[in-house]
Amino acid sequence: MSRVVQAGFVLAVLALWYLATEYWGVSGLLLPKPAAVLRELTDVIRTGEFVADLRITLGELAAAFVLSATGGTALGYLVSRSQYWTRTLEPLISAAYAIPIILFLPLYVLFFGLGPASKIALGATISFFPVALSTVAGFGGVERMYTVAARSMGCSGYQLFRWVLLPAALPVILTGLRMGFTVALLSILGAETLSSVSGLGHRIVSLGENMAMARMFAYIVFAVAIAASLNAIVSWLEARGRRA
Amino acid sequence: MRGDDVVATSEEHAAIRVSSVAHEFGEEGDARHVRALAETSLEVARGELLALIGPSGCGKSTLLNIMGGLLAPSRGTVQVGAEQVRGPLPRSIAYVFQENALFPWSTVRENVELGMTFQGVPAAEREARARKALQAVGLADFAEHYPGQLSGGMRQRAALARALSLDTGILLMDEPFGALDEQTRMVLGEDLSVLLANERKTIVFVTHSLGEAVFLADRVAVFSARPGTVKQIIAVDEPHPRRPQFMTSAKFHALRDRLYSLLHDEIRKTMEETYGVRR
Repeated sequence: MSRVVQAGFVLAVLALWYLATEYWGVSGLLLPKPAAVLRELTDVIRTGEFVADLRITLGELAAAFVLSATGGTALGYLVSRSQYWTRTLEPLISAAYAIPIILFLPLYVLFFGLGPASKIALGATISFFPVALSTVAGFGGVERMYTVAARSMGCSGYQLFRWVLLPAALPVILTGLRMGFTVALLSILGAETLSSVSGLGHRIVSLGENMAMARMFAYIVFAVAIAASLNAIVSWLEARGRRA
Repeated sequence: MRGDDVVATSEEHAAIRVSSVAHEFGEEGDARHVRALAETSLEVARGELLALIGPSGCGKSTLLNIMGGLLAPSRGTVQVGAEQVRGPLPRSIAYVFQENALFPWSTVRENVELGMTFQGVPAAEREARARKALQAVGLADFAEHYPGQLSGGMRQRAALARALSLDTGILLMDEPFGALDEQTRMVLGEDLSVLLANERKTIVFVTHSLGEAVFLADRVAVFSARPGTVKQIIAVDEPHPRRPQFMTSAKFHALRDRLYSLLHDEIRKTMEETYGVRR
């Protein structure tokens, strides 16, 4: 039933779009016709024009996520090992998470240039916080009973980590990784639209500035589809990791 | 047969010797400073089942954790065999905790095997010992279930299987049936008595239940109110395995009543201290 409602909602939006452009006189400069967008989209895909931009965006995302995932989990784990550091640093990380780091984009561009490096650095910074916070929460929330029981059975430090701490903390950490991945993608696309020379976000803005509205919409649809599939993949991986 | 040599605890027979052990949590003068256990000395004979019973907070669980090396006492020493306890002794001592000590992300079989994994037991032997232990507690058909899919009683059976599979001479149990309903704990108690009669392990177990203490134990150590120490030790001279009929015998009731009268004053004292209740 909820599937039907969801599909109905998407169809209604498409219908409104169609009606607005065909019959209600909305200008093609503001909102191009669905048929025109579809034509441009097939062209973008057929000619393979998107490949270079997509490769850049995905490369930035991968680099940023690898950095924040390793840095966030490593630092989160170290902080969680001591009650003192958890008490001291956890509120700091939480507070930093609430800062709109995208505002520092000009600084990132100043330091790392207009190319992918500044997007990687920004994406890594923004996604670092949810990963680190959930890692602290994950390892910090392991029930004491589990570690006591493991210790009574003579586990070594590594065995405790491998067989008790990690599986106990994993669900929470995986959620943090998924959130980190999502904000990395959002901030990288955002940064590309604001100041960049390449990537999907940059392509969309430059098409808009050249008044190629139908093609711009085609790229937006394309970017949304990419983001949605990436999210689906990451959610699937998260669910799988929880069961493992 | 157990029960014959339980009262006599000569030097070479003692499995666990507790000498002048006392424990405090927190520093003196600290607001959270608690004198958990007053000076206590105690011997547990090889092959006997000793129950620790007493009012809440009397330090019986603290003493159990000190015996097992999970907690370092403020004063005094514990010896297991010839060895002084300075930390967990997984090859001599296995634990059964009250509840939630099974890892929910592993199956029952994996839970049982994990303790052996920690101790470097080869995989084939792990499997065989796990199967045997699960059969002994009647959980052979549930090896591939997760703890969350089992009832509380079955989870405690699994925890018992994990402890048995470690093949230790000593078993320490901290209110192993404390979270279960009355009927389940009676059945588990009977099964435990049968199981242990065959195993001849040295067992110390903490309980709140007078009936459970009398039904299972060779000796019952009664604790005084906090800071607790052993007030008196009562021998239950009855061979294992104990039958359900023992529970309705005059001897059982006489022992239970004696325990109750010993405990009554201590529980009252604890209540007055904790809640300010007075008669």
